[in-house]
Amino acid sequence: MTLPGDPKLRARLGIVLIGIALAVLPFVVGANFGNSWVRIIDFALLYVMLALGLNIVVGFAGLLDLGYIAFYAVGAYLYALLSSPHLAIAFPAVFASAPAWSVWLVLPLGALVAGLFGVMLGTPTLKLRGDYLAIVTLGFGEIIRIFLNNLNAPLNLTNGPQGINNIQSAQIAGQSLGRSFELFGLQIPSVTAHYYFFLALTLLVIFICVRLQDSRLGRAWVAIREDELAARACGINTRNVKLLAFGLGATFGGVAGGLFAGFQGFVSPESFGLLESIMVLCMVVLGGMGNIAGVILGALLLALLPEVLRWGAAPVQQWLFGKVLVDPESLRLLLFGVALVLVMRWRPAGLWPSALRKRELAAHAEAT
Amino acid sequence: MSDPASRPEDKAAQDAVLLSASGVSKRFGGVQALLDVSLTIRRGEVYGLIGPNGAGKTSFFNVLTGLYSPDEGRVTFDGHDLPPGVPHRIAGAGIARTFQNIRLFGAMSALENVMVGRHIRLRTGVIGAILRTPAARAEEAATEARAHELLRYVGIDHLANQQSTHLSYGDQRRLEIARALASEPKLLALDEPAAGMNATETAGLRTLIEKLRDDGLTVLLIEHDVKLVMGLCDRVAVLDYGEKIAEDVPDVVRRHPRVITAYLGRQADPEAA
Repeated sequence: MTLPGDPKLRARLGIVLIGIALAVLPFVVGANFGNSWVRIIDFALLYVMLALGLNIVVGFAGLLDLGYIAFYAVGAYLYALLSSPHLAIAFPAVFASAPAWSVWLVLPLGALVAGLFGVMLGTPTLKLRGDYLAIVTLGFGEIIRIFLNNLNAPLNLTNGPQGINNIQSAQIAGQSLGRSFELFGLQIPSVTAHYYFFLALTLLVIFICVRLQDSRLGRAWVAIREDELAARACGINTRNVKLLAFGLGATFGGVAGGLFAGFQGFVSPESFGLLESIMVLCMVVLGGMGNIAGVILGALLLALLPEVLRWGAAPVQQWLFGKVLVDPESLRLLLFGVALVLVMRWRPAGLWPSALRKRELAAHAEAT
Repeated sequence: MSDPASRPEDKAAQDAVLLSASGVSKRFGGVQALLDVSLTIRRGEVYGLIGPNGAGKTSFFNVLTGLYSPDEGRVTFDGHDLPPGVPHRIAGAGIARTFQNIRLFGAMSALENVMVGRHIRLRTGVIGAILRTPAARAEEAATEARAHELLRYVGIDHLANQQSTHLSYGDQRRLEIARALASEPKLLALDEPAAGMNATETAGLRTLIEKLRDDGLTVLLIEHDVKLVMGLCDRVAVLDYGEKIAEDVPDVVRRHPRVITAYLGRQADPEAA
């Protein structure tokens, strides 16, 4: 077998290499493919955060949530309200000037409020499972979206279907991420600055997920997923532990939502439809429910692949048939659907299922 | 490591009552599952609960462990009333159970199953888990060590990293017992542990339960295997149609006329003839 200490060294080397790759990624991509691709990667990072949040609810605790995007919406709108002139315009009597809160205040606040919404959703659904839970959460997601759509009267809180615009970009150390700036002689475009900001928070989310997974709470979630009755008999307070899963999952959604609002500069209800919830759920299921690495893979694939297809479909058809037969946009959805079906057919546990099997094999290898 | 469950105070009050149920009744619609059942379990004994199919054994079990709340009656455990219908608090009070149809956490390894069983005795919260504080780390290490100990105690430590569903039937039973022991129970309640076991496995189970008793644990045993119950239990109660019809040492219960009637049916009735 290998020398002792060797795997550790290799793991460290791997981390360093991945770190370097992640650090130079936006410059390489930006120089070769243009900044629109860096922007796509930024969005992929947001999806990684969302998928990891939903993974706590669906993957760990086994509670099927079809309205997860509502928490993303809550975070996004909270950020929008606290960083745009909307409130000052709608309520000139209350707000003398546009609120311009620090991002370090707005993001935790968004996380907290989204977490409260998560608990709010969790409380009435504690006794529901499977299909029933799915229907209720689906309804919850729609309620939030419809509220956002209609809360422009009698009080114009959300500006209705027009959404809120002129949202300030996040400011870090006095530097707005919304404009390109120079750092150490390097020109940093806005998308690249956002990339590092999102990457840092994504790494934090991953870190939290990993730590929770290998803890008393992570085990309690999986126990509830596997057999709720037995979990209760083992002394797990299933109510609290489930609410914690809903709350924490929603928290990550809220942070991602805040980042989205600051990045986009504009939010409207149509960004938070059912299809978005389903998309995030697909990322979790396709990547490998309950396995953090799998979920990250799923999120990156589903966020990036459609863009790659859109980009590559026309030239490939041109080359094959001499003309563009199918509109790239519809082909993209078709291929996406086919890919989902194929993965579920051949890898029903996801592309990268959880690590138990691997551990079992390792134990066998040690024994023999 | 020889005694995972013995406590000095148990030994001091060996004969004291650990659990007493009084007047427990439970109805499901038109079915009277339990009717005014009262019984007492003493510290350190193996207490058998038997009865024909549908006699209410499992219903009683579920009332005891909080999965059902009784319509009437109450259960006193270790000097305190048990909160009816709150399983995690009952587990905290010191009652652990296994299930008739084994209920393990299938996606987890044997070791993790036992670690879940310890949940109620652990304190690490969200913050502790994320920051992995020294206290959380120590608790986690102790939990894992304890889980290995318990697996060794029931004799399956070599399977610690196996997925629990890949264990043999007998080993799954042992794992379930180890998981129950992890919560440091004062009373271990086993729901038909020998169901579906072959003779060898049953003999092994019997040895294990005897070992538990020798180490000072109180055991409540629901069982269909009358031979096992009669050979193993210090006292036995018999349920029939939701009522307790006998409670005594096995030799007396064996000859009790109502018990014989319940199991074998009535002799040809001379008056009816």
